[in-house]
Amino acid sequence: MTGSAEFLLDQALAELMRVGTLAELDSTRIKYLGKKGLLTDLLKGLGRLPPDERPQEGGEINSAKQVLSDALFERRTALEEAAVTRDTKARIDVTLPGRGRGVGGLHPVTLALQRIEALFAQAGFEVVEGPEIEDDYHNFEALNIPAHHPARAMHDTFYFPNGTLLRTHTSPVQVRVMSERKPPLRIIAPGRVYRCDYDQTHSPMFHQVEGLFLDEQISMSDLKGILHDFLRAFFEDDSLQIRFRPSYFPFTEPSAEVDIKLSSAHGLSGWLEVLGCGMVHPRVLKNVGIDPGQYRGFAFGLGVERLAMLLYGVNDLRLFYENDLQFLQQFA
Amino acid sequence: MKVTTEWLAEFIAIDSSVEQLAERLTMAGLEVEHIQPAVPAICGVVSARITRTSPHPTADRLQLCEVDAGAFGRHLIICGAANARHDLMTILALPGARIADGKEVQKSTIRDVESAGMLCSAAEIGFGDDSMGILELDPATARGVELSTLVPLDDTIIEINVTPNRGDCQSVLGIARELSAIFDRPLSFQRVLSVAAETASTFSASLQAPDKCSCYVGRVIERVDASVATPLWLKERLRRCGVRSINVVVDITNYTMLALGQPMHAFDLKRLNGAIEVRDGRPNERLVLLDGTDLEFGEGSLVIADEKGPLALAGVMGGRASGVETSTTSVFLESAYFDPISLASTARRLNIQTDAAQRFERGVDPDGQARAVEFATRLLLDICGGAPGPTTEISEPGQRVAPRAIEFRLSHAAEVLGMSLDVNNVHRIFERLKCRIAGSLGAPIWSITPPSYRFDLIEEIDLIEEVARIRGYEMLPATRPHARTTLDRRASRVNIAAVMRDYLVADGYFEAITYSFIPSSWTGVFGDPTSRALELANPISQEMAVMRSSLWPGLLLAAQHNLNRQAGSVRLFEVGMVFEAQGNNVSQTVKLAGVAVGQADPKQWGTPPREVDFFDLKRTIDNLLTATRVHNIQFIPHLEAGLHPGQTAAILVNDKHAGMLGLLHPKIRNSLELQENIFLFEISLEALPTPLRTSFAPLSRYPQVRRDISIVVPEAVTADTVLATVRAADDGLLKDLQLFDVYRGQGIDSDKKSLALGLIFQASSSTLTDDRVEITIEKILDRLSRDLGGALRA
Repeated sequence: MTGSAEFLLDQALAELMRVGTLAELDSTRIKYLGKKGLLTDLLKGLGRLPPDERPQEGGEINSAKQVLSDALFERRTALEEAAVTRDTKARIDVTLPGRGRGVGGLHPVTLALQRIEALFAQAGFEVVEGPEIEDDYHNFEALNIPAHHPARAMHDTFYFPNGTLLRTHTSPVQVRVMSERKPPLRIIAPGRVYRCDYDQTHSPMFHQVEGLFLDEQISMSDLKGILHDFLRAFFEDDSLQIRFRPSYFPFTEPSAEVDIKLSSAHGLSGWLEVLGCGMVHPRVLKNVGIDPGQYRGFAFGLGVERLAMLLYGVNDLRLFYENDLQFLQQFA
Repeated sequence: MKVTTEWLAEFIAIDSSVEQLAERLTMAGLEVEHIQPAVPAICGVVSARITRTSPHPTADRLQLCEVDAGAFGRHLIICGAANARHDLMTILALPGARIADGKEVQKSTIRDVESAGMLCSAAEIGFGDDSMGILELDPATARGVELSTLVPLDDTIIEINVTPNRGDCQSVLGIARELSAIFDRPLSFQRVLSVAAETASTFSASLQAPDKCSCYVGRVIERVDASVATPLWLKERLRRCGVRSINVVVDITNYTMLALGQPMHAFDLKRLNGAIEVRDGRPNERLVLLDGTDLEFGEGSLVIADEKGPLALAGVMGGRASGVETSTTSVFLESAYFDPISLASTARRLNIQTDAAQRFERGVDPDGQARAVEFATRLLLDICGGAPGPTTEISEPGQRVAPRAIEFRLSHAAEVLGMSLDVNNVHRIFERLKCRIAGSLGAPIWSITPPSYRFDLIEEIDLIEEVARIRGYEMLPATRPHARTTLDRRASRVNIAAVMRDYLVADGYFEAITYSFIPSSWTGVFGDPTSRALELANPISQEMAVMRSSLWPGLLLAAQHNLNRQAGSVRLFEVGMVFEAQGNNVSQTVKLAGVAVGQADPKQWGTPPREVDFFDLKRTIDNLLTATRVHNIQFIPHLEAGLHPGQTAAILVNDKHAGMLGLLHPKIRNSLELQENIFLFEISLEALPTPLRTSFAPLSRYPQVRRDISIVVPEAVTADTVLATVRAADDGLLKDLQLFDVYRGQGIDSDKKSLALGLIFQASSSTLTDDRVEITIEKILDRLSRDLGGALRA
């Protein structure tokens, strides 16, 4: 049998030269080195040889196996590399547009609301909501605006035949929360409000965010501080000029309107009114059963469209409700 | 409210620029909205008398006027005004003069006659817009006097937005008082001197409704010449403050109102009968008002009446029949205090807004009635002559508004404002506000009595506001409140609306915000036919008349708007409240709705173009709900008003109705003048279950086995039924089930369809053998055959 191993090895190496694919390579390996392979069989036949011939014959077979294994490995590596080279030949035009459709976008009023909510959430304000169809008590009476109060003329109110109304501000949410819960309270109430007024600068529906902070030691200076921080963060302008100006709301006292002066890049000059605020009127606290001797607080009302207009430079309020895609796409 | 700097200067001397003055007023709560010159820059116009007129030789409508302008000479002027006449004292602009339109006057030749200048109308010198004739000056005016000597021209109108609580600031005096407090300067105006009676004539009056009118001051003035022209300076002050000139007596009462804030009324004494009563209106009573309105004011209105009936709607407007005209010779002046609340209710109920009503409803000085009468009497005598009777005052002491002392704690004020307050400074602020202060400087509590006109100061917080206001809000520090730390548990929960918004945006939808009120023509198009639309009692227009019971009308109108502007596809959604009434119950619920129309994807390479369809939206809704951890979702055929009867589904979540999805009914599409298929969906956010926390299930380590089968079933069998039948037959191995193809056509009977299903099997404790899977598949096929007549496709 001497020489068989050598013969098989030559034969295998010759076959290996002709192998073109990994699959062919594999069958060659199995043919010679598999469980029932030719070289494997040879090794199994060792037992039939005389004992003194076994070591030499065994050594030859094993070295033939080793040589073949190495050759197989080498050939495999070469084939794999060739395959990779072939695969990397393919070219695509990466500048062709991607498939599918683009994303949509949120309404700028929602974006402004999210910005407001995120900022106040940092100071622990919790978002609460209330009904849009309100009664006279929550919208007016409880807020120290009795019937025939001249301040009612400031609220052009939409009424329903049964005497209920569309809330003219988000302040009734204050009343609802204060009536149901005990101080300390820190809430903001975003939502739609309605006024019977329609022209270039007034919409019969718009959005407000009401804020309320009620605790034992709250002061007007705290109100000033928090609104300063808010406005500078909202407009991302640490040098934003802000002024507090005395005003009148029946449900706060002292009351203030807050004006800002934007950098000239906005194309708007002079002071721009952005919100109303004040210390919650003691009579409002009494109306909801909170002792004004123990608790004090401040409230504020932000006009969301107004803030969104200033933030994004939108110059016409009516665009917000037209829902023109050319407008909405700008905020995507 | 408008005041002018020139008039203010009569009350207080302020040596600041108008801009500074406006700034300080604004920062004290009296927001200045506009500042504008009272008169455009004019010069070179003088008084002149027409000494002779003759017709223009060749122009019918023109006259040649010889005028005498004193030191400015005599001139021949061509004038086309009908009122140009001999002896008229008027205004002459000579060459070089500048008139209101900014032009320089030049000599001109009209049809061969030279005019040496022009005679001016009120409009031409910037005194309003009257250009009907040339200005008529008081005949006693000297010739050749510059206009700026006759009427101040260097004057600025300041328009102030007076807040409803500051009734006291609705006059020149009121603003002057405020300036006095702000600048800490004394008022130069002290008090109105009484005018002594020259006759004993009075006219009696009585208060029948003292709760609505607690003080009524009157005065008879006889032998008045009401035919004289209102002096130019007075007329100009009225105009600059936005009040039209009527006749001299009415002008004087209006002037008094502007100066002092007390509205007045003048009756023609000869037209009054018996005595005046201030009483409630009676049923069916009517009155023709000064503006000609014939009004049935009814009960609840306060009227001034005599024996024959109503004369005036108290505090709102006088009646035409008893008003003063140029022929009037005796007047009865009225100056009263009317209760703000009842007056406001009358004015609002009758929807009449007048300068007087606005002042009364915000409140006038309860001590100001007699003063106004004296002020008006003085003017009347100076301008119209006449003999005054005594001033008579009837009042109901019990009903009169009198200032009450208020306790003020400096320490409390400092706490509320969050700033330290200097005791002397605060004390001085109250003095500047003309409050009476009881209590020593060092006392912990002061007792403060405001002046009568500051009836808005009722409690301590009002005084704290005054201190802050006069000190200036800019003095408040900006501090940060001390707050207790809290963690809001809701931050852990899924915010359904926010998740859905984000998902829809990722899916290519834009968020819309549409009005909550919709055109009444949309009533009943969508929604529950048993519920009632909520109509506004006072809508802005028919386009915004009804509260929406569905978000779809607004979204459809927005889609239509965009389609009409060449949008190839529209995908919009909105989150908002909808409103419905059933009986007396009104529901306000939050819904999310969307509309999709046009191309499924923008036209692009490598993908055939396709219109959006029902199943695009179905996937969107599936994903939306899954994103909010809602899993048990079902779509069932559904009939809904406004949607296509065969292409609409109800969305069930945990077997409860949670929304709808479908194709807009072709009839409604046509009414929108659109051709496209429009798909709509709606989800009731409040119907969704609270998103559950995921409960982990162990993973199987054993391989999955997939088998695809095609089942032929009758057309009427729905996909859901097939899938449910497969699941029902499963013996615990089926891990997932997908329907991936529907086939009709060759090889399949025409009343049948073939559904291709992918069945994925996996066992939790062993590797599945083919034999084991076959057992389950056999069970499934048996069941499909038995229950649905389904057969494996050959």
